[in-house]
Amino acid sequence: MAEYTLKVRRYQPEPGEDGVARGAYWESFDVDLDPTLSVLDGLLQTRDRQDGTLAVRCSCRAAICGSCGVKVNGQSTLACKTQLGEAAEEAARIARRTHSADIGREGGAAADSVGPVGASDPASKDELSTGGTGREAEDSPGVIIVEPMGNMPVLKDLVVDMESTHWEKYRRVTPWLIPEGPPPEREYIVPADAMVDVTQSVACIQCGACVSACLSMEADPGFIGPAALAKAYRFVGDPRDGQTTERLYDLANDPHGIYDCTHCFACIEACPKGVAPMNQIMRLRRLAGDEHDITDVNNGRNHELAFVKIIEKKGTLDESLLLQESFAPGVKGKLMPTIRAIKGLLQSIPTAIRGIRTGKMRSVPKLIPGVHHKLPGDSQDHVKRIYERAEESRIELNLYVIGEGGEEEHLPGQEGAASEIVSAAQAEEVSGS
Amino acid sequence: MKVAYWPGCVSRGFTPELHGSMALVAEKLGIELVTLDRANCCGAGVIAEHNQELADTLNARTFALSQQTDLAMMNICSTCQGAQSECQERLDADSAYRSHINEALGGEGLEYVKGKDGWSNKNFLWLLVEEIGLDALKAQVVRPLEGLRVGPFYGCYVLRPKTRLGYDEFPDRDLYLEHVIEALGGDVVDYDGARRCCGFPVITMNRETSLRQAGTHVGDALDAGADCLVTPCPLCHLNLDMQQPEAAKVVGRDLGLAVLHLPQLVGLALGFSPKELGMPKHIASTVAVNDRVATPA
Repeated sequence: MAEYTLKVRRYQPEPGEDGVARGAYWESFDVDLDPTLSVLDGLLQTRDRQDGTLAVRCSCRAAICGSCGVKVNGQSTLACKTQLGEAAEEAARIARRTHSADIGREGGAAADSVGPVGASDPASKDELSTGGTGREAEDSPGVIIVEPMGNMPVLKDLVVDMESTHWEKYRRVTPWLIPEGPPPEREYIVPADAMVDVTQSVACIQCGACVSACLSMEADPGFIGPAALAKAYRFVGDPRDGQTTERLYDLANDPHGIYDCTHCFACIEACPKGVAPMNQIMRLRRLAGDEHDITDVNNGRNHELAFVKIIEKKGTLDESLLLQESFAPGVKGKLMPTIRAIKGLLQSIPTAIRGIRTGKMRSVPKLIPGVHHKLPGDSQDHVKRIYERAEESRIELNLYVIGEGGEEEHLPGQEGAASEIVSAAQAEEVSGS
Repeated sequence: MKVAYWPGCVSRGFTPELHGSMALVAEKLGIELVTLDRANCCGAGVIAEHNQELADTLNARTFALSQQTDLAMMNICSTCQGAQSECQERLDADSAYRSHINEALGGEGLEYVKGKDGWSNKNFLWLLVEEIGLDALKAQVVRPLEGLRVGPFYGCYVLRPKTRLGYDEFPDRDLYLEHVIEALGGDVVDYDGARRCCGFPVITMNRETSLRQAGTHVGDALDAGADCLVTPCPLCHLNLDMQQPEAAKVVGRDLGLAVLHLPQLVGLALGFSPKELGMPKHIASTVAVNDRVATPA
């Protein structure tokens, strides 16, 4: 047994006995438990023995039901999957980050104490910030900071309103199968490979940890978000579904859809089940753009294609050409530029002028798109050959399926392995059959 | 120390001051840079989004070129680090896949060897702390950055996911910037944005979301009393510095906070002038930083 301190971000919406609403505040509780027990065990012991009003949602206590999503030391996770001993060690590690870290803390603390910042503001900004997580100079290094999830309104203490954000976004992606034609008389026959492909997104337990961690949603609350988009892939990738193109078109042409993800990996880090939502979003982009030829409202596909083409031709990035081709691709894009393209290019002019003024962009290759040099010698030819080969075979290795660090012997074309290294060509065959 | 040096695209493009300052600082620290001038773009996650195998092959080529020199590889960009580590993870996970990729490199006489003795791919921040060491760095400081209040800004690609980025072996990689700022004699500013996203990857796709992210972090650092930010990622620099006036419009407040590349901050402490380090090329004025470190080395 060991003693741990849980410093909990609390929020009481109702006035207390004195008639005064306390709003949001920090409260510390000491618990005496084995280091291998969980932060959830600590919270439940606190509720049982110290303060019956502490609100926390939970059910299975075994990382299956997805009810106890919280932030521990600033990281979105499940309270039941985080051991007290490890959480205290991590808290102490973060606290050691620097000796001079008290600078700026004053600002953070002041912001914290004014009203229910973390509570009423759905985008509580404590995520990923070792500072601002409520840790104060007088706290001992091992104090475990527990907060409600981010990006969702707090109802009471550690209980957030998942309905208004998580579930609403979830419903947005039509999370059920829409088969083509009437159902078969008996069960659907689905090739095993095709289901292996969606295994990872099926593993989601809807805990909302990724939504809590999402840095895009923090800046754009309208973003459909990681949990819902991972679920969208689950149906896009299912060969029984008859609405694949429609789903992809819908997700690509919502300005808050698949091209609103900033690729920050926060959802991958937060997910307790290894769903890697961001990877599923990238697969949706790959399918929408490259397999279904869908041009999106955010210009994401044009940007991707422009980038890919530039590296094939030049080997390294020609930034001014990227900007030009992203907005006005090819001859057609220049002869008939869209309003969006004109707006995008105009918006970048002030930035370019500033860059020329300071000298940052004062060179011919940076000013004139396409003047950028190629790789020396025959290197560019080798890069081109790499393109030819990879664009033909398009192998997609899924580490979730083959197992990370498991290493070796998933030989393509050999027994057992071929099914796991699914090329896009094979995947297409499957979905077409 | 001699390293196979991959400067990346942006350090030679819109942030030329990064490439320049790295060359100066490397020489001072005794790092000999053997530039991989035949190497190609890492794909920045965009090529992987288009075709995973293509990104993996392109980066295997860069790894193989560096392995040909028998040196460890160094990059100076969080995004290169993350994109390359992602490809390396797949290459290292499966020997058959690796062979398949290596076949594509055979025509050029190249091969990526998993776990080659003495080979690794580290960005300058990791190399500085893990190979050179903070004590050795401290010993080289001729102009301690006393009183300079610096906010760290890492860039997502060197932070997450930890399992891919070597945190098992080096658990404090998400604290190195703080350690370096202290070793140089500066004060660490604790603010909300240090480990958040700069927003750059969606600047052409969702400009407002992108600039709101950049503007918010710069504003938070200012509120916490920062004189400047420091970042090991030139793409973050594009959004935090080059786009800062545009970001200010989106968040509706005045900003104006210098954003230094990591080699520039190190370079100041090693005695180089702001001009030598290319700081006048920045969009957000670095004058406040210049004033703070104006005392002659």
